[in-house]
Amino acid sequence: MVASEHSNLSHSLPFWKRYVFSTDHKVIGIQYALTALVFLFIGFLLMMYMRWSIAFPGRPLPEWAAALLGSNSTSGIFGPEFYNQLGAMHGTIMIFLGVVPLAVGGFGNYVVPLQIGAPDMAFPKLNMVSYWSFLTGGVLMLFSFFIEGGAAKSGWTAYPPLAVLDADAGQTIWLIGMVFLITSSLLGAINFIVTIIQLRAPGLHWMRLPFFVWAQLVTAFILLLAFPPLEAAGILQLMDRLADTNFFMPSGLVVSGEIREAAGGGSPLLWQHLFWFLGHPEVYVLILPALGIVAEIIANNSRKPLWGYRSMVYSTLFLGFMSFVVWAHHMYLTGMGTVMNAFFQATTMIISIPSVIILSALIISLWGGSIRFTVPMLFAVAFLPMFGIGGLTGLPLGISTADIHLHDTYYVIGHFHYVVAPGVIFGLFGGIYYWFPKATGRRMSTILGHLHFWPTLICMNVIFMPMFIQGLAGVSRRLYDGGSAYAHAQPVLHWNGVISMAVWTMAIAQLPFVINLFGSLLFGRKVDDNPWESTTLEWTAPSPPPHGNFLELPSAYCGPYEYSQPGDESGFHPQDQPVEGSSA
Amino acid sequence: MSTAEIQYIETPRPDTGLTNGKIGIWLFLASEVMLFGALFSAYVLLRVGAETWPAGREVLNVWLALLNTVVLISSSVTMVFAWAALLKNDFGGHKKYLALTLLCGLIFLGIKAIEYSGKFSHDLFPSTNNFLAIYFVLTGLHGIHVVGGMIVMLYFLLFGRKNWEQRPTMYTNRIENTGLYWHFVDLVWIFLFPVLYLL
Repeated sequence: MVASEHSNLSHSLPFWKRYVFSTDHKVIGIQYALTALVFLFIGFLLMMYMRWSIAFPGRPLPEWAAALLGSNSTSGIFGPEFYNQLGAMHGTIMIFLGVVPLAVGGFGNYVVPLQIGAPDMAFPKLNMVSYWSFLTGGVLMLFSFFIEGGAAKSGWTAYPPLAVLDADAGQTIWLIGMVFLITSSLLGAINFIVTIIQLRAPGLHWMRLPFFVWAQLVTAFILLLAFPPLEAAGILQLMDRLADTNFFMPSGLVVSGEIREAAGGGSPLLWQHLFWFLGHPEVYVLILPALGIVAEIIANNSRKPLWGYRSMVYSTLFLGFMSFVVWAHHMYLTGMGTVMNAFFQATTMIISIPSVIILSALIISLWGGSIRFTVPMLFAVAFLPMFGIGGLTGLPLGISTADIHLHDTYYVIGHFHYVVAPGVIFGLFGGIYYWFPKATGRRMSTILGHLHFWPTLICMNVIFMPMFIQGLAGVSRRLYDGGSAYAHAQPVLHWNGVISMAVWTMAIAQLPFVINLFGSLLFGRKVDDNPWESTTLEWTAPSPPPHGNFLELPSAYCGPYEYSQPGDESGFHPQDQPVEGSSA
Repeated sequence: MSTAEIQYIETPRPDTGLTNGKIGIWLFLASEVMLFGALFSAYVLLRVGAETWPAGREVLNVWLALLNTVVLISSSVTMVFAWAALLKNDFGGHKKYLALTLLCGLIFLGIKAIEYSGKFSHDLFPSTNNFLAIYFVLTGLHGIHVVGGMIVMLYFLLFGRKNWEQRPTMYTNRIENTGLYWHFVDLVWIFLFPVLYLL
């Protein structure tokens, strides 16, 4: 075949076209993943500072740590204003610049075309544009820390009136940065959907698609349809800030003791509706790719077909649909009225059903398997109970009566961090260990993998479990001093120190990962094209795959997880191997 | 066939019956529906919640907007002709109709500019009240979409010939997809006109 010519062709491109302004989905995927890992670290760094202020309010930072903050701290103490910047940007960075770009931009870009047997994404140039748009948005967000007044400080949800009244430029830059990120997501989503619909290999019917591809497809649809309303909301808030409109500003608001006249009289609730119309589907944008990765790893390492593959697929589709009609469960306390609350409470309870089906199917998939506890499998197996805790603790929040007590407390923080941190991020870590051999031709170290996994697992639980205790006691989130000014917080205040210590310990536990990631590039054990003895199509390509991916475009003859089939002595049947009585 | 080549750019995939670009543009339009849909919802919510809401026809110039509606609908017709000319292999005719479409876009923007400056000269700004605020946001965003479409058309008008000579099917598909976008922009206006000017 002509593939070798093409790989030669890509080698003749100058460096900046091959690795910087590349249109190859694999290079773009790696660009996304590395950028996102850097942003995850930055987001984590902001949190480490916040945890100091929560655990030791009023005590100066160590000198070296204070030096990093520059003029934001005076003699080692930073103020509540800066704490608010840290909080707003932690959320923004982790969600929009860390997890989603890693899960969708990174894994989606790298793995989806390979798993469906395509040479590249459907629109390679658009793919490049979406990465650079993402990076521009990210750099803008970071840049806002260094301007007068600092970064956005009205929370990652940017609720008006606070966000509109904030006169500093940080919030404006946040909005402009979001427009770049939304553009990037839209272009990416269109690209993913077209690629999956159009570029599937011959014989790769819908029910032969790996679950990861299904997860990415539904994710892309959510991004496509949920992000534009936030873009609209962003435009309206920009107008409120720059053109003195009053879309989100009610009349008669008392600001610093004076009544603020607002012509027309807008509605702060309008922002909340538009924001959460994205905000809640966004949760599934975070979860679904991780579920997809975990499904791949579990099928591969339990050497069994996924249990209930079809139910998982239908559940995912239903989940994607339902995610558009639950948004106002974030707004029970805004006084929408009991009818609205009842409606969104019902939809919220309904949406938990497909999530439980998927999680149960994954757990049952383990049953009776000959499990290999490889490093990716450790992360995948740990994902199940962690995500389970995160999901189940969400139920009381979905019931409007219980939410009256729990709303905006540390319980909420504990709930969604269990979903995202030891949940989604564990899935993503697993994915890195799992597909690293495909991307590099080398394996990551198992010993360093264990050194990374176990301390991280323990720390995650020490960090987030006490938050439930604090939240049930009524400690509010977003408190600069971690609640020490409140009488009702006193009995649970001692947990603040414990949590913070675990946060800093967890930072150290990431060192083996960083060493492993870069060290294995150079010194990792070389492996063949299919080191995990996997069945899906990406493992039939060379490692690392050349430009154009496959030496010969594959066809699919069977389902994605044909492990341990009766009469099959090798124990696994790759999708591209012909099966008697089945056509491509 | 080289393995690195992306399929279904020119010929439709048999089982979906569509080219990549066609699906792409429809998906893009779906996201645009959500964008304008959110703004229309904002309009409804603001109007329902407002104590007073001016009647659009008393504040805005209905006749100019009606003229603009005619201009924009005509531009959709010339856009279809520009595509049809390609199907008949008539590149000269295509260029003529594309230029006409572009001209209609320009006239639309010109009339819009007259409307805007009329408002500004009467001290009617986005900050005056929420009706004008949402009016300026909706029509402004729509105007940006018109400009975007015009940039694409201008590009094809200036640099399209080479693409047409080398890959005529691909070029025809591109014009068809541009047309779809243009009709959508037209359609948004057809919603904007009654909502803002008449209701």
